[in-house]
Amino acid sequence: MTLNVELKSVVRSYGRVKAVDEVSFSAGPGEVIALVGHNGAGKTTLIKLMLGLARPTAGSVTVLGQDPAAGDAAVRRRLGYLPETVSFNPALTGRETLRFYVRLKGGRKGEEDALLERIGLAHAADRRVGTYSKGMRQRLGLAQAMIGKPAVLLLDEPTTGLDPELRQQFYAIVREMQAAGATVLLSSHALNELEGNAGRVVILNEGRKIADGTLDELRRIARLPTKIRLKTAEGGARRLREWMGEPAGLRQINGHIVELDATPEDKAAFLRRAAGEGAPFEDLDMVPPGLDELYAHFLAGRVSR
Amino acid sequence: MKTILLLSAKEVREGLRNRWVIAATGLLAALALTLAFLGSAPTGTVGAGALEVVVISLASLTIFIVPLIALLISHDAIVGEIERGTMTLLLSYPVRRRQVLFGKFLGHLAILAFATVVGYGLAAVALVATGKAAIGGGSWTAFMTMTASSVLLGAVFVAIGYLVSALVADRGTAGGVAVGIWLVFVVLYDMALLGLLVADQGRTVGGGVLDALLLFNPTDAYRLLNLAGSDEIAAASGMAGTVQNAALAPAALLAALAAWVVAPMALAALAFSRREL
Repeated sequence: MTLNVELKSVVRSYGRVKAVDEVSFSAGPGEVIALVGHNGAGKTTLIKLMLGLARPTAGSVTVLGQDPAAGDAAVRRRLGYLPETVSFNPALTGRETLRFYVRLKGGRKGEEDALLERIGLAHAADRRVGTYSKGMRQRLGLAQAMIGKPAVLLLDEPTTGLDPELRQQFYAIVREMQAAGATVLLSSHALNELEGNAGRVVILNEGRKIADGTLDELRRIARLPTKIRLKTAEGGARRLREWMGEPAGLRQINGHIVELDATPEDKAAFLRRAAGEGAPFEDLDMVPPGLDELYAHFLAGRVSR
Repeated sequence: MKTILLLSAKEVREGLRNRWVIAATGLLAALALTLAFLGSAPTGTVGAGALEVVVISLASLTIFIVPLIALLISHDAIVGEIERGTMTLLLSYPVRRRQVLFGKFLGHLAILAFATVVGYGLAAVALVATGKAAIGGGSWTAFMTMTASSVLLGAVFVAIGYLVSALVADRGTAGGVAVGIWLVFVVLYDMALLGLLVADQGRTVGGGVLDALLLFNPTDAYRLLNLAGSDEIAAASGMAGTVQNAALAPAALLAALAAWVVAPMALAALAFSRREL
Protein backbone atom coordinates (compact mmCIF):
# COMPACT_ATOMS: atom_id res chain seq x y z
CA MET A 1 0.00 0.00 0.00
CA THR A 2 1.31 3.45 -0.82
CA LEU A 3 1.42 5.84 2.07
CA ASN A 4 0.14 9.37 1.77
CA VAL A 5 1.77 10.59 4.94
CA GLU A 6 4.85 9.18 6.60
CA LEU A 7 6.68 10.53 9.63
CA LYS A 8 9.90 8.90 10.80
CA SER A 9 11.30 9.76 14.24
CA VAL A 10 10.41 13.39 13.77
CA VAL A 11 11.80 15.86 16.30
CA ARG A 12 11.04 19.55 16.27
CA SER A 13 12.54 21.72 18.99
CA TYR A 14 11.95 25.38 19.69
CA GLY A 15 14.95 26.37 21.73
CA ARG A 16 15.05 23.86 24.56
CA VAL A 17 11.43 22.85 24.24
CA LYS A 18 10.79 19.76 22.18
CA ALA A 19 7.38 20.45 20.66
CA VAL A 20 7.54 17.13 18.82
CA ASP A 21 9.76 14.36 20.14
CA GLU A 22 10.54 11.22 18.13
CA VAL A 23 7.11 10.84 16.59
CA SER A 24 6.58 8.24 13.87
CA PHE A 25 3.38 7.25 12.17
CA SER A 26 2.06 6.75 8.70
CA ALA A 27 -1.29 6.98 6.98
CA GLY A 28 -2.53 5.45 3.78
CA PRO A 29 -5.39 6.43 1.47
CA GLY A 30 -8.85 6.20 2.98
CA GLU A 31 -7.67 6.44 6.57
CA VAL A 32 -9.09 8.85 9.11
CA ILE A 33 -6.63 9.45 11.92
CA ALA A 34 -7.24 11.57 14.97
CA LEU A 35 -4.37 13.31 16.72
CA VAL A 36 -5.45 13.62 20.31
CA GLY A 37 -3.83 15.50 23.14
CA HIS A 38 -3.94 18.47 25.47
CA ASN A 39 -3.27 21.96 24.21
CA GLY A 40 0.46 22.13 23.67
CA ALA A 41 0.83 18.38 23.15
CA GLY A 42 2.32 19.01 19.72
CA LYS A 43 -0.69 18.51 17.45
CA THR A 44 -0.46 21.84 15.66
CA THR A 45 3.31 21.55 15.29
CA LEU A 46 2.86 18.12 13.70
CA ILE A 47 0.38 19.57 11.24
CA LYS A 48 2.75 22.43 10.42
CA LEU A 49 5.51 19.90 9.81
CA MET A 50 3.25 18.00 7.42
CA LEU A 51 2.40 21.27 5.66
CA GLY A 52 6.07 22.14 5.31
CA LEU A 53 5.64 25.37 7.26
CA ALA A 54 8.09 24.11 9.85
CA ARG A 55 11.11 21.91 9.21
CA PRO A 56 11.92 18.96 11.43
CA THR A 57 14.99 19.31 13.66
CA ALA A 58 15.60 15.60 13.11
CA GLY A 59 13.82 12.78 11.32
CA SER A 60 11.89 12.98 8.09
CA VAL A 61 8.42 13.96 6.96
CA THR A 62 7.01 12.71 3.66
CA VAL A 63 3.67 13.82 2.29
CA LEU A 64 2.47 12.38 -1.03
CA GLY A 65 5.97 11.13 -1.69
CA GLN A 66 7.67 14.50 -1.22
CA ASP A 67 9.28 16.54 1.50
CA PRO A 68 6.55 19.12 2.15
CA ALA A 69 9.10 21.82 3.03
CA ALA A 70 10.29 21.71 -0.60
CA GLY A 71 7.00 23.41 -1.45
CA ASP A 72 6.30 21.38 -4.58
CA ALA A 73 3.24 22.95 -6.19
CA ALA A 74 1.86 19.63 -7.46
CA VAL A 75 1.86 18.28 -3.89
CA ARG A 76 0.32 21.46 -2.45
CA ARG A 77 -2.52 21.23 -4.93
CA ARG A 78 -3.45 17.81 -3.54
CA LEU A 79 -3.37 19.01 0.06
CA GLY A 80 -6.22 20.55 2.01
CA TYR A 81 -5.69 22.37 5.29
CA LEU A 82 -8.04 23.87 7.84
CA PRO A 83 -6.22 26.00 10.42
CA GLU A 84 -7.14 25.97 14.08
CA THR A 85 -8.33 29.56 14.13
CA VAL A 86 -9.65 30.17 10.69
CA SER A 87 -10.01 33.81 9.80
CA PHE A 88 -10.93 35.42 6.53
CA ASN A 89 -11.06 39.04 5.58
CA PRO A 90 -14.40 40.19 6.99
CA ALA A 91 -14.89 42.70 4.18
CA LEU A 92 -15.10 40.09 1.41
CA THR A 93 -18.10 37.86 0.75
CA GLY A 94 -18.00 34.11 1.21
CA ARG A 95 -18.10 33.55 -2.54
CA GLU A 96 -15.27 36.02 -3.21
CA THR A 97 -13.14 34.44 -0.51
CA LEU A 98 -13.67 30.94 -1.82
CA ARG A 99 -13.17 31.98 -5.45
CA PHE A 100 -9.79 33.45 -4.53
CA TYR A 101 -8.67 30.16 -2.99
CA VAL A 102 -10.08 28.11 -5.88
CA ARG A 103 -8.11 30.19 -8.38
CA LEU A 104 -4.99 30.08 -6.22
CA LYS A 105 -5.14 26.30 -6.24
CA GLY A 106 -5.89 26.16 -9.94
CA GLY A 107 -9.29 24.62 -9.33
CA ARG A 108 -11.94 24.43 -12.01
CA LYS A 109 -14.14 27.40 -12.71
CA GLY A 110 -17.29 27.60 -10.61
CA GLU A 111 -16.00 25.08 -8.08
CA GLU A 112 -16.65 27.63 -5.32
CA ASP A 113 -20.39 27.52 -6.00
CA ALA A 114 -20.50 23.73 -5.85
CA LEU A 115 -18.56 23.77 -2.57
CA LEU A 116 -20.77 26.46 -1.04
CA GLU A 117 -23.77 24.36 -1.96
CA ARG A 118 -22.24 21.25 -0.44
CA ILE A 119 -21.44 22.79 2.93
CA GLY A 120 -24.77 24.57 3.06
CA LEU A 121 -23.61 28.14 2.70
CA ALA A 122 -25.13 28.86 -0.71
CA HIS A 123 -27.78 31.10 0.86
CA ALA A 124 -25.10 33.29 2.48
CA ALA A 125 -22.60 33.24 -0.39
CA ASP A 126 -22.93 36.95 -1.16
CA ARG A 127 -22.88 38.16 2.41
CA ARG A 128 -19.70 39.50 3.91
CA VAL A 129 -17.72 37.03 5.96
CA GLY A 130 -17.83 39.57 8.80
CA THR A 131 -21.54 38.85 9.22
CA TYR A 132 -21.01 35.06 9.47
CA SER A 133 -21.42 33.10 12.68
CA LYS A 134 -18.53 31.06 14.02
CA GLY A 135 -20.02 27.87 12.61
CA MET A 136 -20.44 29.44 9.17
CA ARG A 137 -16.84 30.64 9.13
CA GLN A 138 -15.72 27.17 10.16
CA ARG A 139 -17.73 25.67 7.31
CA LEU A 140 -16.22 28.17 4.88
CA GLY A 141 -12.83 27.06 6.17
CA LEU A 142 -13.74 23.45 5.53
CA ALA A 143 -14.93 24.35 2.03
CA GLN A 144 -11.56 25.86 1.14
CA ALA A 145 -9.83 22.74 2.46
CA MET A 146 -11.94 20.63 0.09
CA ILE A 147 -10.95 22.51 -3.07
CA GLY A 148 -9.65 20.22 -5.81
CA LYS A 149 -10.55 16.94 -4.02
CA PRO A 150 -7.37 16.73 -1.95
CA ALA A 151 -5.62 13.42 -1.34
CA VAL A 152 -4.54 14.54 2.11
CA LEU A 153 -6.68 16.65 4.44
CA LEU A 154 -5.09 18.20 7.51
CA LEU A 155 -7.75 19.55 9.84
CA ASP A 156 -6.64 21.34 13.00
CA GLU A 157 -9.41 21.25 15.63
CA PRO A 158 -12.09 21.20 12.94
CA THR A 159 -15.13 20.82 15.18
CA THR A 160 -14.48 23.43 17.85
CA GLY A 161 -17.28 25.95 17.72
CA LEU A 162 -19.65 23.71 15.79
CA ASP A 163 -22.98 22.76 17.27
CA PRO A 164 -23.88 19.03 17.40
CA GLU A 165 -25.84 19.07 14.16
CA LEU A 166 -23.03 20.75 12.24
CA ARG A 167 -20.61 18.33 13.82
CA GLN A 168 -22.61 15.43 12.36
CA GLN A 169 -22.60 17.15 8.95
CA PHE A 170 -18.87 17.68 9.27
CA TYR A 171 -18.17 14.02 9.95
CA ALA A 172 -20.48 13.03 7.10
CA ILE A 173 -18.28 15.10 4.78
CA VAL A 174 -15.17 13.53 6.28
CA ARG A 175 -16.62 10.06 5.56
CA GLU A 176 -17.32 11.07 1.96
CA MET A 177 -13.76 12.27 1.52
CA GLN A 178 -12.53 9.06 3.12
CA ALA A 179 -14.65 6.98 0.76
CA ALA A 180 -13.10 8.89 -2.14
CA GLY A 181 -9.70 7.71 -0.94
CA ALA A 182 -8.47 10.76 0.93
CA THR A 183 -6.28 10.53 4.00
CA VAL A 184 -7.83 12.64 6.72
CA LEU A 185 -5.77 13.73 9.71
CA LEU A 186 -7.65 15.69 12.30
CA SER A 187 -6.57 16.96 15.64
CA SER A 188 -8.98 17.18 18.48
CA HIS A 189 -9.42 17.29 22.19
CA ALA A 190 -13.11 16.56 22.03
CA LEU A 191 -12.56 12.84 22.40
CA ASN A 192 -16.05 11.42 22.62
CA GLU A 193 -17.01 12.63 19.16
CA LEU A 194 -14.20 10.60 17.54
CA GLU A 195 -15.96 7.34 18.37
CA GLY A 196 -17.06 5.84 15.08
CA ASN A 197 -15.54 8.72 13.14
CA ALA A 198 -11.82 8.14 13.44
CA GLY A 199 -10.40 4.81 12.36
CA ARG A 200 -7.23 5.34 14.29
CA VAL A 201 -6.25 7.46 17.23
CA VAL A 202 -2.77 8.77 17.95
CA ILE A 203 -2.47 10.07 21.49
CA LEU A 204 0.17 12.72 22.07
CA ASN A 205 1.53 14.12 25.28
CA GLU A 206 4.29 16.70 25.57
CA GLY A 207 5.37 16.08 22.02
CA ARG A 208 5.60 12.30 22.35
CA LYS A 209 3.35 9.68 20.88
CA ILE A 210 2.04 7.64 23.79
CA ALA A 211 -0.51 5.45 22.01
CA ASP A 212 -1.49 4.63 18.45
CA GLY A 213 -4.20 2.26 17.27
CA THR A 214 -7.87 1.76 16.62
CA LEU A 215 -10.16 2.52 19.51
CA ASP A 216 -10.74 -1.18 20.11
CA GLU A 217 -7.04 -1.92 20.14
CA LEU A 218 -6.42 0.87 22.59
CA ARG A 219 -9.21 -0.42 24.81
CA ARG A 220 -7.67 -3.88 24.79
CA ILE A 221 -4.23 -2.52 25.65
CA ALA A 222 -5.59 -0.32 28.40
CA ARG A 223 -7.74 -3.15 29.84
CA LEU A 224 -10.15 -0.63 31.22
CA PRO A 225 -13.26 -2.04 32.85
CA THR A 226 -16.69 -1.78 31.32
CA LYS A 227 -19.28 -0.17 33.50
CA ILE A 228 -22.34 -2.38 34.01
CA ARG A 229 -25.38 -0.71 35.45
CA LEU A 230 -28.37 -2.74 36.63
CA LYS A 231 -31.84 -1.49 37.34
CA THR A 232 -34.38 -3.28 39.43
CA ALA A 233 -37.74 -2.53 40.98
CA GLU A 234 -37.82 -0.09 43.88
CA GLY A 235 -36.22 -1.64 46.95
CA GLY A 236 -34.90 -4.63 45.01
CA ALA A 237 -31.26 -3.58 45.23
CA ARG A 238 -30.62 -5.77 48.23
CA ARG A 239 -31.82 -8.90 46.49
CA LEU A 240 -29.76 -7.94 43.44
CA ARG A 241 -26.61 -7.68 45.49
CA GLU A 242 -27.19 -11.02 47.08
CA TRP A 243 -27.81 -12.59 43.68
CA MET A 244 -24.57 -11.10 42.41
CA GLY A 245 -22.68 -12.40 45.41
CA GLU A 246 -21.68 -8.99 46.79
CA PRO A 247 -18.70 -8.54 44.47
CA ALA A 248 -15.99 -6.08 45.46
CA GLY A 249 -16.33 -2.66 43.91
CA LEU A 250 -20.09 -2.84 43.61
CA ARG A 251 -21.61 0.59 43.95
CA GLN A 252 -25.16 1.19 44.98
CA ILE A 253 -26.31 4.34 43.26
CA ASN A 254 -29.73 4.40 44.91
CA GLY A 255 -32.49 2.07 46.01
CA HIS A 256 -32.89 0.41 42.64
CA ILE A 257 -29.68 0.96 40.69
CA VAL A 258 -26.32 -0.68 41.24
CA GLU A 259 -23.15 -0.31 39.23
CA LEU A 260 -20.19 -2.62 38.70
CA ASP A 261 -16.86 -2.26 36.92
CA ALA A 262 -16.10 -5.42 34.97
CA THR A 263 -12.87 -6.47 33.27
CA PRO A 264 -13.34 -7.97 29.80
CA GLU A 265 -13.31 -11.56 31.21
CA ASP A 266 -15.64 -10.77 34.11
CA LYS A 267 -18.00 -9.09 31.74
CA ALA A 268 -18.49 -12.23 29.61
CA ALA A 269 -19.00 -14.40 32.67
CA PHE A 270 -21.48 -11.99 34.15
CA LEU A 271 -23.48 -11.77 30.94
CA ARG A 272 -23.75 -15.55 30.66
CA ARG A 273 -25.15 -15.67 34.16
CA ALA A 274 -27.45 -12.73 33.70
CA ALA A 275 -28.97 -14.34 30.61
CA GLY A 276 -30.21 -17.25 32.75
CA GLU A 277 -33.61 -17.53 34.41
CA GLY A 278 -34.44 -15.57 37.51
CA ALA A 279 -31.90 -12.80 37.30
CA PRO A 280 -33.47 -10.14 39.54
CA PHE A 281 -33.07 -7.01 37.40
CA GLU A 282 -35.28 -5.23 34.93
CA ASP A 283 -32.80 -3.39 32.78
CA LEU A 284 -29.10 -3.48 32.03
CA ASP A 285 -26.76 -0.85 30.59
CA MET A 286 -23.18 -1.41 29.58
CA VAL A 287 -20.88 1.56 29.10
CA PRO A 288 -17.56 0.71 27.42
CA PRO A 289 -14.64 2.91 28.49
CA GLY A 290 -14.78 6.17 26.58
CA LEU A 291 -11.89 7.97 25.02
CA ASP A 292 -11.69 10.27 28.00
CA GLU A 293 -10.93 7.32 30.26
CA LEU A 294 -8.55 5.85 27.69
CA TYR A 295 -6.73 9.11 27.38
CA ALA A 296 -6.46 9.50 31.12
CA HIS A 297 -5.18 5.92 31.35
CA PHE A 298 -2.41 6.42 28.79
CA LEU A 299 -1.44 9.76 30.29
CA ALA A 300 -1.20 8.23 33.75
CA GLY A 301 0.90 5.39 32.35
CA ARG A 302 3.23 7.94 30.86
CA VAL A 303 3.69 9.83 34.07
CA SER A 304 4.41 6.79 36.23
CA ARG A 305 6.97 5.36 33.81
CA MET B 1 2.96 35.43 -12.47
CA LYS B 2 -0.71 34.46 -12.43
CA THR B 3 -0.39 33.78 -8.71
CA ILE B 4 1.23 37.17 -8.08
CA LEU B 5 -1.52 38.96 -9.99
CA LEU B 6 -4.17 36.98 -8.13
CA LEU B 7 -2.66 38.02 -4.80
CA SER B 8 -2.36 41.67 -5.81
CA ALA B 9 -5.93 41.71 -7.11
CA LYS B 10 -7.09 40.43 -3.73
CA GLU B 11 -5.09 43.17 -2.01
CA VAL B 12 -6.72 45.83 -4.20
CA ARG B 13 -10.16 44.36 -3.64
CA GLU B 14 -9.65 44.39 0.11
CA GLY B 15 -8.33 47.95 -0.12
CA LEU B 16 -11.49 48.98 -1.93
CA ARG B 17 -13.73 47.14 0.52
CA ASN B 18 -12.23 48.45 3.71
CA ARG B 19 -12.14 51.92 2.15
CA TRP B 20 -8.39 52.40 2.22
CA VAL B 21 -8.45 53.42 -1.43
CA ILE B 22 -11.22 55.95 -1.01
CA ALA B 23 -9.70 57.36 2.18
CA ALA B 24 -6.22 57.79 0.71
CA THR B 25 -7.54 59.24 -2.55
CA GLY B 26 -9.89 61.57 -0.72
CA LEU B 27 -7.16 62.80 1.61
CA LEU B 28 -4.69 63.47 -1.17
CA ALA B 29 -7.34 65.11 -3.39
CA ALA B 30 -8.57 67.37 -0.58
CA LEU B 31 -5.08 68.50 0.33
CA ALA B 32 -4.06 68.94 -3.30
CA LEU B 33 -7.15 71.01 -4.12
CA THR B 34 -6.66 73.17 -1.04
CA LEU B 35 -3.06 73.83 -1.96
CA ALA B 36 -3.92 74.45 -5.59
CA PHE B 37 -6.34 77.23 -4.74
CA LEU B 38 -4.60 78.72 -1.74
CA GLY B 39 -1.27 78.42 -3.49
CA SER B 40 -2.41 80.06 -6.69
CA ALA B 41 -3.58 83.23 -4.96
CA PRO B 42 -0.24 85.07 -4.97
CA THR B 43 1.06 83.89 -8.33
CA GLY B 44 0.08 87.08 -10.12
CA THR B 45 2.67 89.05 -8.23
CA VAL B 46 5.48 86.49 -8.00
CA GLY B 47 5.64 85.61 -11.64
CA ALA B 48 5.85 81.89 -11.19
CA GLY B 49 3.37 79.73 -13.08
CA ALA B 50 0.34 78.47 -11.21
CA LEU B 51 1.25 74.85 -11.78
CA GLU B 52 4.83 75.37 -10.61
CA VAL B 53 3.55 76.63 -7.30
CA VAL B 54 1.27 73.64 -7.02
CA VAL B 55 4.15 71.28 -7.82
CA ILE B 56 6.28 72.84 -5.09
CA SER B 57 3.59 72.76 -2.43
CA LEU B 58 2.40 69.28 -3.38
CA ALA B 59 5.96 67.93 -3.33
CA SER B 60 6.44 69.30 0.18
CA LEU B 61 3.13 67.80 1.21
CA THR B 62 3.94 64.45 -0.37
CA ILE B 63 7.06 64.11 1.75
CA PHE B 64 4.87 64.08 4.85
CA ILE B 65 1.75 62.30 3.71
CA VAL B 66 2.71 59.64 1.17
CA PRO B 67 5.29 57.85 3.36
CA LEU B 68 2.73 57.85 6.16
CA ILE B 69 0.01 56.28 4.01
CA ALA B 70 2.49 53.79 2.56
CA LEU B 71 3.69 52.70 6.01
CA LEU B 72 0.12 52.48 7.29
CA ILE B 73 -0.95 50.05 4.59
CA SER B 74 2.26 48.03 4.55
CA HIS B 75 3.44 47.68 8.15
CA ASP B 76 1.12 44.81 9.04
CA ALA B 77 1.10 43.11 5.64
CA ILE B 78 3.10 40.14 6.87
CA VAL B 79 3.00 40.16 10.67
CA GLY B 80 -0.72 40.98 10.62
CA GLU B 81 -1.55 38.00 8.43
CA ILE B 82 0.64 35.77 10.57
CA GLU B 83 -1.16 36.95 13.70
CA ARG B 84 -4.60 36.45 12.19
CA GLY B 85 -3.59 32.97 11.05
CA THR B 86 -4.31 33.66 7.40
CA MET B 87 -0.64 33.36 6.44
CA THR B 88 -0.37 29.67 7.36
CA LEU B 89 -3.46 29.01 5.30
CA LEU B 90 -2.14 30.99 2.35
CA LEU B 91 1.22 29.22 2.47
CA SER B 92 -0.46 25.80 2.52
CA TYR B 93 -1.52 26.63 -1.03
CA PRO B 94 0.80 26.30 -4.03
CA VAL B 95 2.23 29.76 -3.34
CA ARG B 96 5.81 30.75 -2.65
CA ARG B 97 6.64 33.32 -0.02
CA ARG B 98 8.29 35.56 -2.58
CA GLN B 99 5.07 35.53 -4.58
CA VAL B 100 3.11 36.58 -1.50
CA LEU B 101 5.47 39.51 -0.97
CA PHE B 102 5.47 40.70 -4.58
CA GLY B 103 1.76 40.17 -4.96
CA LYS B 104 1.09 42.36 -1.96
CA PHE B 105 3.61 44.91 -3.22
CA LEU B 106 1.93 45.24 -6.60
CA GLY B 107 -1.48 45.52 -4.95
CA HIS B 108 -0.42 48.16 -2.45
CA LEU B 109 1.46 50.05 -5.14
CA ALA B 110 -1.64 50.06 -7.33
CA ILE B 111 -3.68 51.52 -4.45
CA LEU B 112 -1.07 54.23 -3.83
CA ALA B 113 -0.68 55.03 -7.52
CA PHE B 114 -4.44 55.35 -7.94
CA ALA B 115 -4.73 57.64 -4.90
CA THR B 116 -1.83 59.84 -5.99
CA VAL B 117 -2.68 60.13 -9.67
CA VAL B 118 -6.37 60.75 -9.06
CA GLY B 119 -5.82 63.03 -6.05
CA TYR B 120 -3.17 65.21 -7.66
CA GLY B 121 -4.74 64.94 -11.09
CA LEU B 122 -7.96 66.44 -9.73
CA ALA B 123 -6.00 69.47 -8.52
CA ALA B 124 -4.41 69.96 -11.92
CA VAL B 125 -7.73 69.57 -13.70
CA ALA B 126 -9.30 72.10 -11.35
CA LEU B 127 -6.53 74.61 -12.09
CA VAL B 128 -6.99 74.22 -15.83
CA ALA B 129 -10.76 74.43 -15.51
CA THR B 130 -10.64 77.69 -13.59
CA GLY B 131 -8.32 78.91 -16.37
CA LYS B 132 -6.40 81.49 -14.37
CA ALA B 133 -3.15 81.16 -16.20
CA ALA B 134 -1.72 79.62 -19.31
CA ILE B 135 0.25 76.54 -18.33
CA GLY B 136 3.31 75.68 -20.36
CA GLY B 137 4.54 72.26 -21.42
CA GLY B 138 7.50 72.48 -19.04
CA SER B 139 5.15 72.85 -16.11
CA TRP B 140 3.25 69.77 -17.13
CA THR B 141 6.47 67.79 -17.31
CA ALA B 142 7.36 68.93 -13.81
CA PHE B 143 3.87 68.04 -12.59
CA MET B 144 4.01 64.58 -14.08
CA THR B 145 7.52 63.98 -12.74
CA MET B 146 6.26 65.01 -9.32
CA THR B 147 3.26 62.67 -9.48
CA ALA B 148 5.28 59.72 -10.75
CA SER B 149 8.07 60.22 -8.24
CA SER B 150 5.46 60.50 -5.46
CA VAL B 151 4.32 57.00 -6.38
CA LEU B 152 7.96 55.91 -6.34
CA LEU B 153 8.42 57.46 -2.90
CA GLY B 154 5.33 55.55 -1.81
CA ALA B 155 6.88 52.35 -3.17
CA VAL B 156 10.01 53.02 -1.09
CA PHE B 157 8.00 53.23 2.11
CA VAL B 158 5.81 50.25 1.21
CA ALA B 159 9.03 48.24 0.84
CA ILE B 160 10.38 49.57 4.15
CA GLY B 161 7.04 48.73 5.78
CA TYR B 162 7.31 45.12 4.55
CA LEU B 163 10.82 44.83 5.91
CA VAL B 164 9.54 45.94 9.32
CA SER B 165 6.56 43.61 9.00
CA ALA B 166 8.77 40.64 8.13
CA LEU B 167 11.12 41.26 11.06
CA VAL B 168 8.99 42.13 14.09
CA ALA B 169 7.09 39.70 16.29
CA ASP B 170 3.70 41.41 16.53
CA ARG B 171 1.51 44.05 14.95
CA GLY B 172 1.86 46.56 17.76
CA THR B 173 5.62 46.59 17.41
CA ALA B 174 5.29 46.93 13.64
CA GLY B 175 3.11 50.02 14.09
CA GLY B 176 5.52 51.58 16.56
CA VAL B 177 8.55 50.93 14.40
CA ALA B 178 6.73 52.29 11.35
CA VAL B 179 5.95 55.55 13.13
CA GLY B 180 9.58 55.76 14.27
CA ILE B 181 10.83 55.25 10.72
CA TRP B 182 8.50 57.94 9.45
CA LEU B 183 9.76 60.37 12.10
CA VAL B 184 13.39 59.63 11.31
CA PHE B 185 13.17 59.97 7.55
CA VAL B 186 10.67 62.80 7.36
CA VAL B 187 11.63 64.96 10.32
CA LEU B 188 14.67 64.01 12.34
CA TYR B 189 17.12 63.18 9.57
CA ASP B 190 16.91 66.63 8.00
CA MET B 191 17.10 68.36 11.36
CA ALA B 192 20.20 66.40 12.23
CA LEU B 193 21.69 67.11 8.82
CA LEU B 194 21.00 70.81 9.19
CA GLY B 195 22.52 70.81 12.65
CA LEU B 196 25.58 69.05 11.32
CA LEU B 197 26.02 71.58 8.52
CA VAL B 198 25.65 74.53 10.87
CA ALA B 199 28.05 73.10 13.42
CA ASP B 200 30.56 72.09 10.78
CA GLN B 201 30.59 75.47 9.00
CA GLY B 202 31.70 73.79 5.78
CA ARG B 203 35.05 72.65 7.12
CA THR B 204 34.80 68.88 6.66
CA VAL B 205 31.37 68.27 5.15
CA GLY B 206 31.84 69.20 1.52
CA GLY B 207 29.45 69.02 -1.40
CA GLY B 208 30.26 65.36 -2.06
CA VAL B 209 29.54 64.26 1.47
CA LEU B 210 26.34 66.26 1.52
CA ASP B 211 25.19 64.64 -1.71
CA ALA B 212 25.84 61.21 -0.28
CA LEU B 213 23.99 62.08 2.91
CA LEU B 214 21.02 63.32 0.90
CA LEU B 215 20.86 60.05 -1.04
CA PHE B 216 20.73 58.14 2.23
CA ASN B 217 17.30 59.54 2.86
CA PRO B 218 14.70 58.75 0.21
CA THR B 219 12.61 61.79 1.10
CA ASP B 220 15.63 64.05 0.44
CA ALA B 221 16.24 62.39 -2.90
CA TYR B 222 12.58 62.99 -3.72
CA ARG B 223 12.78 66.62 -2.59
CA LEU B 224 15.84 67.35 -4.69
CA LEU B 225 14.31 65.63 -7.68
CA ASN B 226 11.19 67.79 -7.57
CA LEU B 227 12.13 71.09 -5.99
CA ALA B 228 15.39 71.44 -7.83
CA GLY B 229 14.36 69.59 -10.94
CA SER B 230 14.02 72.58 -13.23
CA ASP B 231 15.52 76.04 -12.95
CA GLU B 232 12.14 77.72 -12.84
CA ILE B 233 10.88 75.58 -9.99
CA ALA B 234 14.20 75.77 -8.19
CA ALA B 235 14.01 79.55 -8.32
CA ALA B 236 10.45 79.60 -7.06
CA SER B 237 11.11 77.10 -4.30
CA GLY B 238 14.24 78.84 -3.11
CA MET B 239 16.35 75.81 -3.92
CA ALA B 240 18.40 77.51 -6.65
CA GLY B 241 21.45 77.68 -4.41
CA THR B 242 21.22 74.00 -3.68
CA VAL B 243 20.91 73.18 -7.34
CA GLN B 244 24.13 74.96 -8.12
CA ASN B 245 25.99 73.26 -5.31
CA ALA B 246 24.60 69.78 -5.52
CA ALA B 247 25.97 67.68 -8.30
CA LEU B 248 23.13 65.20 -8.25
CA ALA B 249 21.56 64.58 -11.62
CA PRO B 250 17.91 63.49 -11.75
CA ALA B 251 19.08 60.09 -12.96
CA ALA B 252 21.18 59.62 -9.81
CA LEU B 253 18.25 60.64 -7.63
CA LEU B 254 15.91 58.24 -9.41
CA ALA B 255 18.49 55.48 -9.07
CA ALA B 256 18.72 56.22 -5.35
CA LEU B 257 14.93 55.97 -4.99
CA ALA B 258 14.87 52.74 -7.00
CA ALA B 259 17.61 51.32 -4.77
CA TRP B 260 15.50 52.30 -1.78
CA VAL B 261 12.72 50.11 -3.18
CA VAL B 262 14.86 47.15 -4.18
CA ALA B 263 17.04 46.86 -1.08
CA PRO B 264 14.25 46.76 1.55
CA MET B 265 12.22 44.41 -0.66
CA ALA B 266 15.17 42.03 -0.99
CA LEU B 267 15.79 42.14 2.74
CA ALA B 268 12.08 41.66 3.46
CA ALA B 269 12.01 38.63 1.15
CA LEU B 270 15.03 37.21 2.94
CA ALA B 271 13.61 37.82 6.42
CA PHE B 272 10.22 36.40 5.43
CA SER B 273 11.71 33.29 3.83
CA ARG B 274 13.59 32.51 7.04
CA ARG B 275 10.69 33.21 9.32
CA GLU B 276 9.09 30.28 11.15
CA LEU B 277 5.34 30.36 11.27
